[in-house]
Amino acid sequence: MSVNRAQRVDLEVVTDLIPSRSRVLDVGSGDGVLLELLQETKQVDGRGLELSQRGVNECVARGLSVVQGDADKDLEFYPDKGFDFVVLSQTLQATRNPKLVLDELLRIGNRAIVSFPNFGHWRVRFSLLVKGRMPVTKDLPYSWYDTPNIHFCTIRDFVNLCEELGATVEKATALDANGQKIGLSMPWWFWNFFGQQAVFLLRR
Amino acid sequence: MAAERVRTNNEADNPSSPMLQFGPDKPLKLDAGTVLSPFQIAYQTYGTLNDARSNAILVCHALTGDQHVASTNPVTGKPGWWEVLIGPGKIIDTSRFFVICANVVGGCLGSTGPASTNPATGRPYGLDLPIITIRDMARAQLMLVDHFGIEKLFCVLGGSMGGMQVLQWAASYPERVFSALPIATGARHSSQNIAFHEVGRQAVMADPEWHGGKYLDFGRRPEKGLAVARMAAHITYLSEAALHRKFGRNLQDREALTFGFDADFQIESYLRHQGMTFVDRFDANSYLYLTRAMDYFDLAADHGGRLADAFAGTKTRFCLVSFTSDWLFPTEESRSIVHALNAAGASVSFVEIETDRGHDAFLLDEPELFAAINGFIASAARARGLSL
Repeated sequence: MSVNRAQRVDLEVVTDLIPSRSRVLDVGSGDGVLLELLQETKQVDGRGLELSQRGVNECVARGLSVVQGDADKDLEFYPDKGFDFVVLSQTLQATRNPKLVLDELLRIGNRAIVSFPNFGHWRVRFSLLVKGRMPVTKDLPYSWYDTPNIHFCTIRDFVNLCEELGATVEKATALDANGQKIGLSMPWWFWNFFGQQAVFLLRR
Repeated sequence: MAAERVRTNNEADNPSSPMLQFGPDKPLKLDAGTVLSPFQIAYQTYGTLNDARSNAILVCHALTGDQHVASTNPVTGKPGWWEVLIGPGKIIDTSRFFVICANVVGGCLGSTGPASTNPATGRPYGLDLPIITIRDMARAQLMLVDHFGIEKLFCVLGGSMGGMQVLQWAASYPERVFSALPIATGARHSSQNIAFHEVGRQAVMADPEWHGGKYLDFGRRPEKGLAVARMAAHITYLSEAALHRKFGRNLQDREALTFGFDADFQIESYLRHQGMTFVDRFDANSYLYLTRAMDYFDLAADHGGRLADAFAGTKTRFCLVSFTSDWLFPTEESRSIVHALNAAGASVSFVEIETDRGHDAFLLDEPELFAAINGFIASAARARGLSL
């Protein structure tokens, strides 16, 4: 698990955004690594929603409150403002309808935290521009034909979507290829070029 | 056969289990609008209740189950029906938990049911017993739990009809249930399930030995009808894939088809055996009453048609389990309960387990089921402050 955590610096960033004892819904909770981290470090009341049966069964076997379900279909059953935070970590790009999902996150949580791989990163641009190939990187290891990621966006695209949905960006962090935070003073274009991942704290 | 009959009768009135008798001062209020009084509950317990009375687990049995969940069944001589799960050192460890399992009201192994003697007549109740519902069962179990002085059950769990009771407990007595584990069940009985039950009941009632429900008065039993009911029901507990894997079109102790109506196929022989052994241990009228109880179950209807309202404000921790090949209580039934619990803001886990063993998978050695139960119980125990 420590290996997982090391690979997922964004999880540390997400964790830092959440105060102790919050009510948290983790959408796309995978094998439960974030929920477990949040329970250990922040004593949160955490719940998870996960598509893969294997992921869910692993989570429940480890004592986490996770249900099998689909972010595209099952978020509608959660009540308005039922959670302090709803987290969508590295899952937005795999949803069928990212706009609707984001809208639901903002409805269910007082705050939404979204992390995603930035398709505007220079390596991605380089791959398309120079090699003429769909990018396959450390963070995006799939080929175009077997990727679960069907809706990539750049940091700029995401900011636009937030505006469209009337969401306020309370905080944003971009991580470079080494998992280091990019300085806050840098302009959006710089983030969009050098940020490999982004983490947004939103409210509406 | 006479000896069998006497033995069944004995278990109905004087079970080999401990029992609790409730006199006229403590009637059981029934949904049918009447009361059952006096009545009794036969039960088994395993393990020791701790000083804080916080380690009690109530196990609810399924349609043809009984209170002998983790010890030898006195009628069949077989191991308890959930001994794979419950016992010393098992997933539900009886050296840590105090496990209670009671025969449901309407059953035939010592809790008041149609085979019990009606004190008003001195003869078996038969169809004079009022209709019993799942809620009535839970109400009776609550009286047993009160008897033990248990304020809050650590967990209520069960599969199928047992799962219905778990849901009923969570809805009726949320403050008495710390965690709930309904397995392979639904918040209502589907039309198809009612249909199968009706076939079973009609088979029992079509047997001339049923005698309008008064067969015990005549020293008879509708064995043929009940066996057919069991055979039909048993098919619904399995899956096509499991049947095919186990039996295929294999022939039973013969080289070729006999061109007759003997049990040529293994599956026929197997079902006949299931039917025959069932009638030795189960009362036909009980089968009518308990199938009816399941048919009448509709938790949402009791709460204005909105299932989420059945769980409004609940603090109970839930874990639901379904099986991919269960066509009696398909995963969608569990999922709709999960949606309702999510809407109610409840703490809920939900696991669907891949298996071809059908509905009966909950009674079998299913490692993923055990892993889920283990994880859920362990985290609930931590939350309850049980040092385990």
